[in-house]
Amino acid sequence: MSAPVLSLRGIVKSYGAARALDGVDLELRSHEVLAVIGDSGAGKSTLVGVISGNQRPDAGEIAVGGRAVTLASPAVARQHGIASVFQDLALAPNLDVVENLFLGAELTRGSFLDEVSMEKQAWELLGQLSVRVPSVRVPVGALSAAQRQAVAIARALLGEPRVIVLDEPTSALGTRQTAQFLTLLERLRERGHGVVVTSHSLVDMHAVADRIVVLRLGRVNGEFDAALATQEELLAAVTGVGAPRRGEERGGGAR
Amino acid sequence: MTTLLSHARHRVRTAQLGLAGPAAALVLVWLVFQSLNPAFLSADNLVNLTQQSAVLGVLALGVVIVLHVGQLDLSVGALSGLAAAVTAVASVQWGWSQWIAVLAAIAVGVVAGLVYGLIHARLGVPAFVFTLAGLLLLMGLQLRVLGPTGSVNVPFETWLVDLSQRAFLAPAVSWAIVAVVVAAFAGTRWYDRARRVRLDLPVEPLGLLLGRVVLLAGILAGVVAYLGTNRGVGVPFAALVGLVALTDVALRRTRWGRAIRAVGGDADAARKAGVPVRRVLVSAFVLSSTMAALGGVLATGRLAAANQGTGDVDLTLTAIAAAVIGGTSLFGGRGSAWSALLGVLIVQSIATGVLLVGGDFSVRLIVTGLVFAGAIGLDALARRARSG
Repeated sequence: MSAPVLSLRGIVKSYGAARALDGVDLELRSHEVLAVIGDSGAGKSTLVGVISGNQRPDAGEIAVGGRAVTLASPAVARQHGIASVFQDLALAPNLDVVENLFLGAELTRGSFLDEVSMEKQAWELLGQLSVRVPSVRVPVGALSAAQRQAVAIARALLGEPRVIVLDEPTSALGTRQTAQFLTLLERLRERGHGVVVTSHSLVDMHAVADRIVVLRLGRVNGEFDAALATQEELLAAVTGVGAPRRGEERGGGAR
Repeated sequence: MTTLLSHARHRVRTAQLGLAGPAAALVLVWLVFQSLNPAFLSADNLVNLTQQSAVLGVLALGVVIVLHVGQLDLSVGALSGLAAAVTAVASVQWGWSQWIAVLAAIAVGVVAGLVYGLIHARLGVPAFVFTLAGLLLLMGLQLRVLGPTGSVNVPFETWLVDLSQRAFLAPAVSWAIVAVVVAAFAGTRWYDRARRVRLDLPVEPLGLLLGRVVLLAGILAGVVAYLGTNRGVGVPFAALVGLVALTDVALRRTRWGRAIRAVGGDADAARKAGVPVRRVLVSAFVLSSTMAALGGVLATGRLAAANQGTGDVDLTLTAIAAAVIGGTSLFGGRGSAWSALLGVLIVQSIATGVLLVGGDFSVRLIVTGLVFAGAIGLDALARRARSG
């Protein structure tokens, strides 16, 4: 198997007395969709925050392509090839689609913005993802929730990142839009990205992920091959009732 | 064409007018005062109007930049007063060369902006709170610099006074500037359009492009020709227009301007997208304060003096009113550098118009206040239309 494109070792993050992450290990390969599921408060958002550079871990190591990195900010993470789609999408509502896509990474000619090239690339990118918007020059605030999310995902793709992190991408979507989104995820995998996606929807993730990691109370409470895991096993790991942790079976079952 | 029309109608209904709104308001104000007093639109009065607009315009431009990041600086007037005091006192009483005095005054602005910017970026306190503290501090410093007499006159035969009061562009220079600006505008528009055609992107109809060029040429030529029947285009006013144009290009066509608007729209989103939010905020405050100081320098030249009344509180309020009346949103992220110019012309037109029809300062304040309130209402309506 190929070397992991992203690996986390012993990540710890506390907020005051509360431990949001308590020694989390994680590995991600390219051409892989890794789902991180768990109950509210399991630490999903914090984990995404750490990977995206939005939050600094208190302890632990992060390596990208085998090289240890410090992800001091989302911008730094991006430079290391980790692009994130935040749950709040992090789009400026007053800027139009092109402006948001290239925000912080604008193309220039001399000291001026190269609007023409940016607009061209914007159309191409949205076309590749089969995203429909009325115009790339409407303010993002005027778009639907699904369109906004597609814009955010397109922006994540711009620098051809190795890793794409999506935080709760389906929470704001309806049924049909969720189906469209899952197709989009498969397209990302085909493009060769490593994808980390968090969700509290077991069904959605079961359908699209290659591997599923279950977080519970800030710890990894099970890692499953999505093709083999049953819904009951996943649910048990999420709630902490019953089923044993995979990989610890030999050691004597449940903790 | 019908879609264009319905689009325009939608924008009018939802108060998303861009610069067309304030431009229409300016025309309306002019028509009202012209009907009350035929001297209002005389070339002589309009030259006075442009001359009086320079100081307030530079201040309003600074306000526009800070409004773009969603903040309000309540001390721009006081800062201009301190800058005026420094300019006058340093050049007259301390015997500094006037150039150095002016540079010192502008440096005061840069430092004040740095302090404001760092406070805001580091502590996240809304600017209208700590600039209120700055207002008191700066007023105190202004009184201290002016000393016990409270007023310092600047000799008429110095370049600053000459520039502010008596310098007008030669007709040939005015026309040359008009020609260059129109050519540059048409050239860049045409070049962009050609690139878009080549890349198969949607383009505006050629007629529309031509229309824009003709409109710009018409406005510029009209202003230069009409003011030219009197004293012409004053250097301070020309400088204001140039400064506004530069700021407009910086806001719309540079990465810095994009970052400014993004921070004003959603600072957290901008940070996550990799925009250096703190640096951008500091730059906005530095620019705004520098412009306020520059306004104070121009005010010194215009009055040939600096006193305790230079940069009064009502100057700050009028500058903010002008920026908003000109169409820059109080809610951040939306507006235009040109709103400083349009807003100041509206506010100054009201000021001179009220005088011409025999009204006093009270009438001027009331009318300006009402127009300001109307602009705030439209701003709020437009915001609701966007989010709803």
